[in-house]
Amino acid sequence: MAETTKEIKKKEAKSPERAERTRSRRLYRPDVDIIEKDAEIVLIADMPGVDEKSVDITLEKNVLTIHGCVEPEVPEKLKLAESEYGVGDYERAFTLSDEIDREKIQATVKNGVLKLILPKAEAARARKIEVKAEA
Amino acid sequence: MLWSDLEFFDPWREIERMEKVLSRLTARSRVEFPAVNLWLNGDEAVVTTELPGIEPGNIDISVIGKSLTLRGSRQTEEAKEGESYHRRERWYGKFSKKIELPFNVDADKVTAKYSKGVLTLHLPRAEAEKPRKISIAAE
Repeated sequence: MAETTKEIKKKEAKSPERAERTRSRRLYRPDVDIIEKDAEIVLIADMPGVDEKSVDITLEKNVLTIHGCVEPEVPEKLKLAESEYGVGDYERAFTLSDEIDREKIQATVKNGVLKLILPKAEAARARKIEVKAEA
Repeated sequence: MLWSDLEFFDPWREIERMEKVLSRLTARSRVEFPAVNLWLNGDEAVVTTELPGIEPGNIDISVIGKSLTLRGSRQTEEAKEGESYHRRERWYGKFSKKIELPFNVDADKVTAKYSKGVLTLHLPRAEAEKPRKISIAAE
């Protein structure tokens, strides 16, 4: 039962992350998974309503900001009778360490999920040192 | 007072009714996953829900009479050996949600669209149920 009655609420972004906004739209903080792999860090964010054209990724100094614009779709000639979730833009910022190779960051969006691949700089990769048996 | 009021007054039934109203109020603050928005008019209902990162084939939609059931599951990328999570906030696993609509739905005419991680269902009201205007024949 615990599995079927889980409750996930959209979290509203507390304050504009950098500056005041000009759009009077609700702003949500997307849920993310960040996985560190050998050669890269993978960041995955749930941003339903966003596609590759409406997502913006900026890297300024050490701060990586993801921003998604959502155009709310309102069915014609119908009235909203029940609303369990709100629709709005997404924003979240992360501080990157120096070990990321900024030139090679890749981003894809599929089914409302943003996936960022942040390759580690050559120097920062963990190297495996083989231990040889003494002859 | 109408005769029927007298006949059917039953204090237990009143208590039951109150309980129903109360449980509906408390249920409202706890939204079962996935959250849905419901739009209505006299002819159809539109249900939208945010289910990012699911293959459309993995969403099971069934309609019986007035109730709509959404079922599905999502697997998120797992960290393999030697990899580690810095954050793990995205939901994963199975979900099931039943939504009661105010009218019977013509199950054959339900359409579903999944785009950008948002599922939109159009549920037309059953023809037999639509309100009919009854005209009075003049003598």
